[in-house]
Amino acid sequence: MNRALHVGVIYSRVRVEEKWIFNALEQRGVTYDLLDDRTIYFDLQNPAPWKKYAAVLERSISFGRGLYAVKVLNAMGIPTVNTAAVAETCGDKLATSAALAKAGIPQPRILAAFSTESALQAIEELGYPVVLKPVVGSWGRMVSKVNDRDAAEALLEHKETLGSYQHTIYYIQEYVEKPGRDIRVFVVGDEAIAAIYRKSEHWITNTARGASGENCPITPELSDICLKAAQAVGGGVLAIDVFEHPERGLEVNEINHTMEFHTSYPITGVDIPGKLVDYFLKVAQGEIKVI
Amino acid sequence: MSNIYCPECEAEIDLAADTFVNEIVVCPDCGIDLEVLSLDPPEVAPAPMEAEDWGE
Repeated sequence: MNRALHVGVIYSRVRVEEKWIFNALEQRGVTYDLLDDRTIYFDLQNPAPWKKYAAVLERSISFGRGLYAVKVLNAMGIPTVNTAAVAETCGDKLATSAALAKAGIPQPRILAAFSTESALQAIEELGYPVVLKPVVGSWGRMVSKVNDRDAAEALLEHKETLGSYQHTIYYIQEYVEKPGRDIRVFVVGDEAIAAIYRKSEHWITNTARGASGENCPITPELSDICLKAAQAVGGGVLAIDVFEHPERGLEVNEINHTMEFHTSYPITGVDIPGKLVDYFLKVAQGEIKVI
Repeated sequence: MSNIYCPECEAEIDLAADTFVNEIVVCPDCGIDLEVLSLDPPEVAPAPMEAEDWGE
């Protein structure tokens, strides 16, 4: 049945995750085109070249390219994993936190401000230490723990000179004293399929910043908060980062919409690329409606 | 398999048989990230630098 199915995969570079995905597509007898986000372009009045794809899997490393590609594709009526709406929410930490707050999902306290003066006021209201994060960005880049007013003033002044307007959209998060780890949970559709602890002696626990992974059992409580969080941002194939607050329990930190799993697949033994591809093919076959 | 050289340090680069176009390989001598531009003929170039919006 899959032989008639033809799909596209948008990517920036072929990482081990993409190789696993291509392999899973081939195992399922699906034909696919590799769509390098540096070489593709869209004629908005002529969607015909794109209509040959039953669905497109977006695996761009570049948030901007991936987001605008799926925006155009969704407007053309081509389903994508994930959708533009999900990418738009998850690619922006403030939009994610707002969606989580609207849905009543537990998360650290978040304040947002748009000038250095109001940001400083918000930081002082929250109390030190706080964590300042760029609204767009990943891998722990430019995430800063601010311990006192001197550091806050210096950091805000620096951010003001960085150029992009996004650096003056101040996302201020309460600092959570983690037990030397956070939890990365992989959600595919309506199932939390795998999870790892990301352990580090540093307060930043991204594996891209040197944290090590360890299998994490998925408790009903962990599954519940992650499925609700996934739903709050529109659902799909998502990697949800969860804190274990010492008093308040599980809280959602961030949600990633083009998840990396080169660490988690071998650690958990769960066939993450296979489950991702199975979900993607259900979207391609119209069994799951995303747009 | 290949007979290509690192554009940075001229070390010989060995591409594995299952290498993909657009895959990143690391020069064994100087450690630079190289993007595989083609397999036949084999060609590599320094990989694009990480941009601000890169991530997951």
